[in-house]
Amino acid sequence: MSDQVSKPTKKPKIPRQKMPEQNPIERAHNFYEVALGYDNDLALLEASRCLQCKKPSCIKGCPVEVDIPDFVQLVKSGDLMGAAWKIKEKNSLPRIAGRVCPQESQCEAKCVVGAKGKNEPCAIGRLERYVADYAALHDDGKRPELPKSTGLRVGVVGSGPAGLTLSGALIKKGVAVTVFEALHELGGVLVYGIPEFRLPKAIVRAEVDELQKMGVEFKTNWVVGRIETVDDMLEKRKYDGVFIGSGAGAPLFLKIPGENLNGVYSANEFLTRANLMKAYLFPQADTPIAKGRRVVVFGGGNVAMDSARTALRLGAEEVTIVYRRTMDELPARTEEVHHAVEEGVKFQLLNSPTEIVGNDAGWAVGVNVQKMQLGEPDASGRRRPVAIPGETAHIECDTVIVAIGNAANPLVPTSTKKLETNKWGNIVADLETGKTSRDRIWAGGDIVTGAATVILAMGAGRKAALSMLDTFGIG
Amino acid sequence: MFEILEKERIGPGVNRAVISAPDIARAHLPGQFIILRTHKDGERIPLTVADKDAEKGTITLVWQEVGTTTYFMGTMCVGEKFEDMCGPLGKPTHLEKFGTVVGVGGGIGVAPLYPITKGMHDAGNHVISIIGARTEGLLIMTEEIKKVSDELIISTDDGSFGVHGFVTQVLQGLIDKGTKIDLVVAIGPVPMMKAVCNVTRKVNLPTVVSLNPIMVDGTGMCGACRVEVAGKTMFGCVDGPEFDGLQVDFDLLMKRLAMYKGPELIALNNFRETPRGCQCTFPGGA
Repeated sequence: MSDQVSKPTKKPKIPRQKMPEQNPIERAHNFYEVALGYDNDLALLEASRCLQCKKPSCIKGCPVEVDIPDFVQLVKSGDLMGAAWKIKEKNSLPRIAGRVCPQESQCEAKCVVGAKGKNEPCAIGRLERYVADYAALHDDGKRPELPKSTGLRVGVVGSGPAGLTLSGALIKKGVAVTVFEALHELGGVLVYGIPEFRLPKAIVRAEVDELQKMGVEFKTNWVVGRIETVDDMLEKRKYDGVFIGSGAGAPLFLKIPGENLNGVYSANEFLTRANLMKAYLFPQADTPIAKGRRVVVFGGGNVAMDSARTALRLGAEEVTIVYRRTMDELPARTEEVHHAVEEGVKFQLLNSPTEIVGNDAGWAVGVNVQKMQLGEPDASGRRRPVAIPGETAHIECDTVIVAIGNAANPLVPTSTKKLETNKWGNIVADLETGKTSRDRIWAGGDIVTGAATVILAMGAGRKAALSMLDTFGIG
Repeated sequence: MFEILEKERIGPGVNRAVISAPDIARAHLPGQFIILRTHKDGERIPLTVADKDAEKGTITLVWQEVGTTTYFMGTMCVGEKFEDMCGPLGKPTHLEKFGTVVGVGGGIGVAPLYPITKGMHDAGNHVISIIGARTEGLLIMTEEIKKVSDELIISTDDGSFGVHGFVTQVLQGLIDKGTKIDLVVAIGPVPMMKAVCNVTRKVNLPTVVSLNPIMVDGTGMCGACRVEVAGKTMFGCVDGPEFDGLQVDFDLLMKRLAMYKGPELIALNNFRETPRGCQCTFPGGA
């Protein structure tokens, strides 16, 4: 008896708090956000799991180096507004990052709670989202005072995550910023690519509004490279610096027979029609989209998952992802794959498409696939898929979405004099500073790295902003 | 911005409007197009620019009412504004002194042909223009074309004006006469461009066509505008809109243009039931 009383009982371990979500059966038919977000109780519980490490390794996992333990401590103490400002010191788009960052391979991968093996890491991303949403909901209108104008002016090509992050960082230092966007809507991939059910467009709009309030100027319908070149921006508009964040954005195809049949989309087109052009509201919105009954998606990344889940929501009866490796090699986030499976997306793995079959009217009616097996690891470290001779199959479908990646869009790089690019057409830029082969021109995001993540683009925007400030002598 | 300054009906269901778009007017070169949206939930449609005035800051668009957006545009009046207008897009026409250039324009295709004809004329070419339509009432911009051509031949399918027959027959006539032709530029309905290329292919005459595939962004990001040229997939918006007509797969283009026929009809019916825009000319009078 006495033994039990004197021995301090070990505090029960608090498990990682689950994110409340819309039920999969319901959500597979609507475009509302899937993840519903923590409430205050869940957030406090989760925050209490943070060990407040003296030498926090989570920060090293964050491309924009958010002071994670500090903001989590503020959550614990109940100062949610304070926590939000702490995040915003490093990340001007926390509501977006809290939703689309692959935290499991960044900050959370470095979290000591998870590193001990038995436990799952602290859910930093979910906390970030909670804090940022709270701050937006309880906006008191208070903003840190902006410094006096420095008289410096910067032009930004593209209003995606890289450009927006850079703009926020520069305007806070008194540098005037004008962002030039080719589309009619601001946000780049955040509005045309990532679906509403993962990132509500109202949130992107709100983040853009915030930058506008701080004084960032935006110009839509402005295709740099056609209406004006980057050189024009430097010479005629006399910008002190130009940042190119024009994105990846030239869809790749497999170059197999039948890819130009009707009903065959690039993921970019399919998602742009559905997201940016709101084709799911057709005919209230004017843009149509082929609402397939049986849809096949080529590819295994996040964009493939987004396409498959969008097709479901548009009313498809059956959506199949065709991927040439196995579940273990899927490049998509585990969470996205999990969501897709829950919603009923089928996976036909170890299959490689060889042909899209069409009818006389020019519509796709099926896909021929070659069965594969995994061989030796290739340069990427993943086991290379090898064809199994003679083993083929046919999948009936009416819509095919090709989601195998993007190449660099040549419009900006090729219209800028003497701007160095690599063999894939990506702009060559220092990954730490964003500096290109040309003076006064910086670049970052997918146009430099090839298709990557939103947060890496944000990181590139932040680094380029710091480098610009340094060059301007106002760091 | 993007305000309609002048608008007139120049044929049945065919409109011409002068629009304030100073930045586009300044940068536009012959052969390039724009993408516009009429209103917030509108679709993005490409239209080739028929003329521009860089000093006044205006561009001229000519369009035929065929779908929801073009019908809606038909109802828009002077003083109204387009929600968005993006351009110039696409590669400009390659203009140089080729020698004798024959411009072949069919129906509404005469509008985009005009700035190219002008450009070719200014570049010192001997320009022969062949323009045609089904019937006299559908002929457009003949006066403008005449001013920038050394020779103008007009044909109508029904013989109501000019030569009785197709533009291809007029072109064939020129070739048969032994006219020395260095380049043909053909713009019009896809079957017309295909027919022109069938004529010029026989005598291996370089032929440029301007294609009008379905587009969304118009900057090379989506690939909706895929066309096949010499067996290779190209994007109409950034690799074109002009291509070597002798190498274009016109049948594929026609099939792809029909991709949204069903939904387009639904949208058009929906549009007629819930009228938008200025009602004074609704819908498509004349």
